[in-house]
Amino acid sequence: MSVFAGRLTDALATAQDRFRGVGDQLILAALWLFFLVFGTWAILTETDAFAVGVVTGSILALGAIGLTLIYGILKFAHFAHGDSMMLAAYVAFFALTGKVVGERTDVELPWSLNDLPGATSSIPWPGEGEFSFGYGLLLALLVAVVAAVALFILLDRLVYRPLRRRGSGIVIFAIAFLGIALAMRSLMLMLWGASPRLYVPGIRPTTDLPFDVRIVTDQIFIFFAALVLAALLYLLLFRTKLGKAMRAMSDNPDLALVAGINTEQVVTWTWAIGGALVAAAGVMLALQAQLKPELGFVLLLPLFAATILGGIGSPQGAFLGGMIVGITQEVAVAQDLLDISPGYKFSVAFVILILILLLRPRGLFGVKT
Amino acid sequence: MTAVLRVQDVVAGYGEVEILHGVSIAVSEAEIVAVIGPNGAGKSTLLKAIFGLVSVRGGRVELVGRDVTNIAPDRIVQSGMSYVPQTENVFPSLTINENLEMGAYVRRDGLRDRLERVYDLFPDIAPRRAERAGRLSGGQRQMLALARALMLDPKVLLLDEPSASLSPKMVDSIFEKIGDINRGGTAILLVEQNAKEALSFASRAYVLAMGENRFEGEAKEMLDNEEVGKLYLGA
Amino acid sequence: MKPDRLITPLAFAAVTAAIIIMPAERSRDFDSVISFLVTFGTSVAIFSLLVLGLNVQWGYTGIFNFGVMAFFLVGAFTAAIITKGPAETEFVQYVGGFGEDLNLIPFLDSDQWLPFLVGILGAAVFCGVLAFLVSIPALRLREDYLAIVTIGIAELLRRVAIEESGLVNGTRGLPGIPRPLGDLVAPGDYKFVIFGIAVVILILVFIAVERGIRSPWGRVLRAVREDEMTTAASGKNVFAFKAQGFVLGAVVMGIGGAIFSYQRGAISPENFNHFFGTFIFWAMLIVGGSGNNKGAILGAYVVWGFWRITILLQAYDLPVFLETRIFFIRDFAIGALIVGFLLLRPKGLLPEVRRVSIWVDRLRRSMPAEAESADPHAPAG
Repeated sequence: MSVFAGRLTDALATAQDRFRGVGDQLILAALWLFFLVFGTWAILTETDAFAVGVVTGSILALGAIGLTLIYGILKFAHFAHGDSMMLAAYVAFFALTGKVVGERTDVELPWSLNDLPGATSSIPWPGEGEFSFGYGLLLALLVAVVAAVALFILLDRLVYRPLRRRGSGIVIFAIAFLGIALAMRSLMLMLWGASPRLYVPGIRPTTDLPFDVRIVTDQIFIFFAALVLAALLYLLLFRTKLGKAMRAMSDNPDLALVAGINTEQVVTWTWAIGGALVAAAGVMLALQAQLKPELGFVLLLPLFAATILGGIGSPQGAFLGGMIVGITQEVAVAQDLLDISPGYKFSVAFVILILILLLRPRGLFGVKT
Repeated sequence: MTAVLRVQDVVAGYGEVEILHGVSIAVSEAEIVAVIGPNGAGKSTLLKAIFGLVSVRGGRVELVGRDVTNIAPDRIVQSGMSYVPQTENVFPSLTINENLEMGAYVRRDGLRDRLERVYDLFPDIAPRRAERAGRLSGGQRQMLALARALMLDPKVLLLDEPSASLSPKMVDSIFEKIGDINRGGTAILLVEQNAKEALSFASRAYVLAMGENRFEGEAKEMLDNEEVGKLYLGA
Repeated sequence: MKPDRLITPLAFAAVTAAIIIMPAERSRDFDSVISFLVTFGTSVAIFSLLVLGLNVQWGYTGIFNFGVMAFFLVGAFTAAIITKGPAETEFVQYVGGFGEDLNLIPFLDSDQWLPFLVGILGAAVFCGVLAFLVSIPALRLREDYLAIVTIGIAELLRRVAIEESGLVNGTRGLPGIPRPLGDLVAPGDYKFVIFGIAVVILILVFIAVERGIRSPWGRVLRAVREDEMTTAASGKNVFAFKAQGFVLGAVVMGIGGAIFSYQRGAISPENFNHFFGTFIFWAMLIVGGSGNNKGAILGAYVVWGFWRITILLQAYDLPVFLETRIFFIRDFAIGALIVGFLLLRPKGLLPEVRRVSIWVDRLRRSMPAEAESADPHAPAG
């Protein structure tokens, strides 16, 4: 009798699991269907807004790629992500122009990357037209990458590692990130002031795309940068030993230690690669928009929305999530069906975030935990 | 016979709580040694202390004559000892192949040969190598966990309750597998709740109670020992 | 005394000395020093209310609210639109405006106090309802998701206040918020009245929160904070208790927001941002010591003192290089203060006193030999 009852409960549990699986699959399918239909509709009726959305999406995707790595592997909601991006962008600005605010006005270093021969002459775009920047900006990006990697490793040693040793929960880390974000933003204001800055002053060259879409040529660069970095992160995580160790750590840090993985080393690598991605995202953001200290925090909600929508830890999810959030934001305030004020642009990201957290917290590509 | 693993008067614990108050054991080459004892005797803590997961406050741990007390686990793995935790001993989102690869993380060379050798030993999981480990059944996970620990061909294997929460049939095949591993020359130190099973399988055994050595001897003799039987075997 | 224990009195003494000496040195006038101190004290009392609310949510219940601004803003605007008269001109549009209708007991001069009480009550109720609505989906989320969601809610509400210009007059803000008991004294002396109001309300709220926390109900809250599973296993509805803690904290924050709008006399959505509306209260709680209501107040005092000191510093002859950056340096220091406290003094200036219940306290008092048995440095869960 008891055996029978046991079998019955087992069968029920299996059925329930299977049903839950089916429900889960249905929600996922519904989400994909919705995004496909919405995307097609947006391309057809709001082509311009869609194109702007792809650009915004590229920026969000770039930021989300770094965030998804840190969030996925280290399990930290990295609230300093937006501000780190902006800080790295300013470092690139400094390397490029040598400018910081002095007593009241800018002072300039005697030498900067812009002084290199031909550093400011525009790089031609293979298709048609040219980018706004020369190779000087690419070198500046490199400087920003080095600076961000160094800063992240330093912060890990000085702040996160002691907290980790103490067994602090994610909340303590979140508060620490908040303090660091605040310090970073004040540092930017101290060194470069509150007024917006640009890498390259003046009007930016544009390119005509099919369907009467004209975009700033730089935006093509930004889009491909996002695509390439997402692909590279995918290859890192799924094809290299280090990446596999990162995923192993994300699964079970204690077991990773037992298996003989030097987990501290993997943490350092994660911050280092995260730093490089942050710098790339920040420089692209500043190239697309401008350099402005507050911009980092403003981006935080859309970045988290993109990361969680895509599935935490998934590079392809971060790319797609960034695109979906970017496009939805732009199309939502451009369309005429619902009267949504442009002021709510970033609130759209929040609505997406809430819906995904309620419907499918692990996102489009996330692994069940 | 020389001892591959020698634990001398180890004192260890968590925070302010001391769990082990001076435990000593020794494992000789290619031997199977069981550690049995009641709940809370410190059996699992002993394995963790040996493996550098719980800091050792007194005494020492020697692996093939080398002092490995309080050495980081990645270096212990390199020195020839592996450890299989009781639960959550596979990486569920990694494929089986990747799980095994993680077992050989500290080494750069010969991954392919090691994989083939381990797959030969565990033919059940070989055909599923590209699947995620999270989809394996409990018994298969245990096999995978053993396989991972064998990737570097360790001299000593520490097993924490390999039979826990497995069906009786699965328990037999796990023990059979452990026997195979041992015949390949790997010494085994195993902690078991299921004392009878462990004693009939091991060559020697230690009884731990309240964080101290209580008995030690040949496993067969211990099975017949009245006092051990009364206290720990429910006889 | 261990040197470690000196930090708290030293921090208190340093801030106190600075906020007395610096204005005194600047003005050399007793009245303006008193005026400065009273205004400072009013702000500390108001911010203490917000930090107390946060302490109920995080310090006692373990709910991670990164959107304090939401309740601060809702409390302030609710009180303002309840207390103000009806919107009249084309350029000032807002809902509510019941102030003049609330003079229900004219022979007791109710126009001087009743609308304000209703305003505070309204702020508390609105924040409570908002917190309850938020708690239904949000409190079941993982704590990192909850943090993001609360930031989002705060941002959304601020957006609504800005965009829906008919609601609270958009970015133009609400000027001319009446002053409670404003006819009692000359306008120049009003600061003493609002100081008194803020302090009395702070004391009342402090007593209420302390009572609540030491009651069996408060004990369950702390149990939820330490270990949700075990608490659930012992038959408590964890979600209900979390929601209650969240709502109570929001109510306290709403009251703080209400007094804030009475003190300011004019508010605008621009007054509220994530830094001033949320993070500074976290800084106060971390510095003061989460899980300790007195610590929450001390944190508000020290951090706000630090804030005012940097403003006072401007009066001195600083190098231009520093003078133009003094606020950024201050913000940097507050960020560094948060991280520094997390690393070096994670329990804050006044660490939580691990307390089982008032009954155990009384027992201990009657048995002094065992009074020290509670370990204040026991690891937090």
